[in-house]
Amino acid sequence: MYAQMIKSEASNEDPAKLEAFQARIDAGEKIEPRDWMPEGYRKTLIRQIGQHAHSEVVGQLPEGNWITRAPTLERKAILLAKVQDEAGHGLYLYSAAETLGVSRDELIELLHEGKMKYSSIFNYPTLNWADIGAVGWLVDGAAIVNQVALQRTSYGPYSRAMVRICKEESFHARQGYDAIRAMAFGTPAQKRQAQDALDRLWFPALMMFGPSDAESVHSEQSMAWKIKVKSNDELRQQFVDQTIPQIEYLGLDLPDPGITWNEDRGHYDFSEPDWSEFFNVIKGNGPCNVDRMADRKAAWDDGAWVRDGLLAHARKKQAANLAAE
Amino acid sequence: MKHEWPLWEIFIRGQHGLSHRHVGSLHAPDAEMAVKNARDVYTRRNEGVSIWVVEARHIAASVPSEKGPMFEPSESKIYRHPTFYDIPDEVGHM
Amino acid sequence: MTRDEALFEFLLRMGDNTLILGHRVSEWCGHSPVLEEDIALANTALDMIGQTQLWLGLAGEVEGKGRSADDLAFRRDAWDFRNVLLCELPNGDFGQTLMRQFLYDAWSLGMLDRLKTSSEARVAEIAEKALKEVTYHLERSGDTVIGLGDGTEESHTRMQKALDYLWPYVGEMFEKDKVDEVMIAAGIAPDPADLRPRYDETVSRVFAEATLTIPDGSYVHKGGRTGRMHTEHLGHLLTSMQWLQRAYPGAAW
Repeated sequence: MYAQMIKSEASNEDPAKLEAFQARIDAGEKIEPRDWMPEGYRKTLIRQIGQHAHSEVVGQLPEGNWITRAPTLERKAILLAKVQDEAGHGLYLYSAAETLGVSRDELIELLHEGKMKYSSIFNYPTLNWADIGAVGWLVDGAAIVNQVALQRTSYGPYSRAMVRICKEESFHARQGYDAIRAMAFGTPAQKRQAQDALDRLWFPALMMFGPSDAESVHSEQSMAWKIKVKSNDELRQQFVDQTIPQIEYLGLDLPDPGITWNEDRGHYDFSEPDWSEFFNVIKGNGPCNVDRMADRKAAWDDGAWVRDGLLAHARKKQAANLAAE
Repeated sequence: MKHEWPLWEIFIRGQHGLSHRHVGSLHAPDAEMAVKNARDVYTRRNEGVSIWVVEARHIAASVPSEKGPMFEPSESKIYRHPTFYDIPDEVGHM
Repeated sequence: MTRDEALFEFLLRMGDNTLILGHRVSEWCGHSPVLEEDIALANTALDMIGQTQLWLGLAGEVEGKGRSADDLAFRRDAWDFRNVLLCELPNGDFGQTLMRQFLYDAWSLGMLDRLKTSSEARVAEIAEKALKEVTYHLERSGDTVIGLGDGTEESHTRMQKALDYLWPYVGEMFEKDKVDEVMIAAGIAPDPADLRPRYDETVSRVFAEATLTIPDGSYVHKGGRTGRMHTEHLGHLLTSMQWLQRAYPGAAW
């Protein structure tokens, strides 16, 4: 759903090769799995794509929390299809990472050992049904802003995964807005839930773009390599500008008194998120970090016998087929 | 014993009679399950009418560093393209 | 019992089976052993939710009191549910879930295959659509039961345990009562007992390949499809499923 940008490696490779590599990127060429690439580029990509994949899969949990409580059969089907898509996105992204010489299982183990991160947004709880609307609308909305830009990323498999994901993602944002709209225009109790969801999730959604560029010293190399194509602040502004009219349409109160239209800039001004909260969530102190990881580990560990069992059967069958030939 | 399921490359033929096209990869214990997993993962939006799966390790590929000798020689054969030829308007569509 | 009263009951049985089992399967989303299985299970659950909309939608229509599929799903209490007990049993481990699915799919396929030629066109139409979905479900759940039954020692043990636990719930799917008699007489649905030979053939073939043994004993747990006595599990399932509709009556979602 979203990749928080991470720092890239310093490199001590052949300057001529590096220069030729950079020239390919500057010319807008895609880098493909078997092409030469700097070690730092490869490692940065593995971490960014891996982290992005983990975010999709951990991201199933907060929304999955409401599948059994969806209020109508249609909403249940829509939500289930949506959360299933997130699993699919995780799968596409793990596949892209696997072209870089790391396996999906290795990445999952790194996540479970706390050596890889996932997007901080999924460490927030979903507390009422309007949260399901707000997550689709705001969280997927923010993800789309980021991912549309990433379709142009320099690494071919990552870029192709992004194209596929973006195609599926606009359904996510729309179903979310549709669900919260039904509540914003519903009974006073429903409207209260919608407002509550917006107020709680607004700043965490803004944090999804990562810290301000002024504080983010690591993005320069990623920008040069076109692993990242737009700055955190640019993307955040774009998200705010597109979302405020959508809030107004719902008739909900703006979640931040600092939001005002700035005629000179041609953009909305808004308050900075509380970055100390952000760094705390990243460090593991978010409201749901512990539970999310415990859930993922339980699914993985409890499923080991299933993965082993099916593989053992496939090998027996293969051996029997070979013997029969 | 390595426990990770093998990686499979998935090719799907869409509705309109085009060739199978690579759509992505997935893991499965064997070919039969790879076909089923491909159905569940890659045709959720009615994308296909036929699925091929190939275990990733069986794919042989051209070498990127030989891209020049492999592909550039065909660049100069411009006479292979229909636009190389001027056909007089009077002759009509050809 | 009039034809339409019996038909209403019959449709609730069909729709409640898919509603409750689909709900159970959807509980796996995000928690399966591997992404490919997570996605596949969600597809199965989605098909069953879709079938529920059709069966319960028609049930409401036949009843003629203006109740929608959602009204029936979210506003009835446990004793009004008509699903077989098998569908409401908890997921247990992945093996138990897939075993339950297989035992249900094998019945469902046989039932839908007969309903295709139902004298009631609306029933035949739903069966036709659902049959395609269930054919795939059965193939997939059957393969998984075989793979895990004939996998490792641990997977074999777990699958045998799942079969031992679930088997006493199978017989209920083939029970017959007044509702069925009216359905049979009207040519709407088959005699449930007629579905048994084909069912036994399917499960025997799969269990042989899976190296699993059907447990001895002929005791049958029942009470779901008549509504006489559900398990304790159903109430908890309904508590979460119906919560929003109950807490905010009259709201549109």
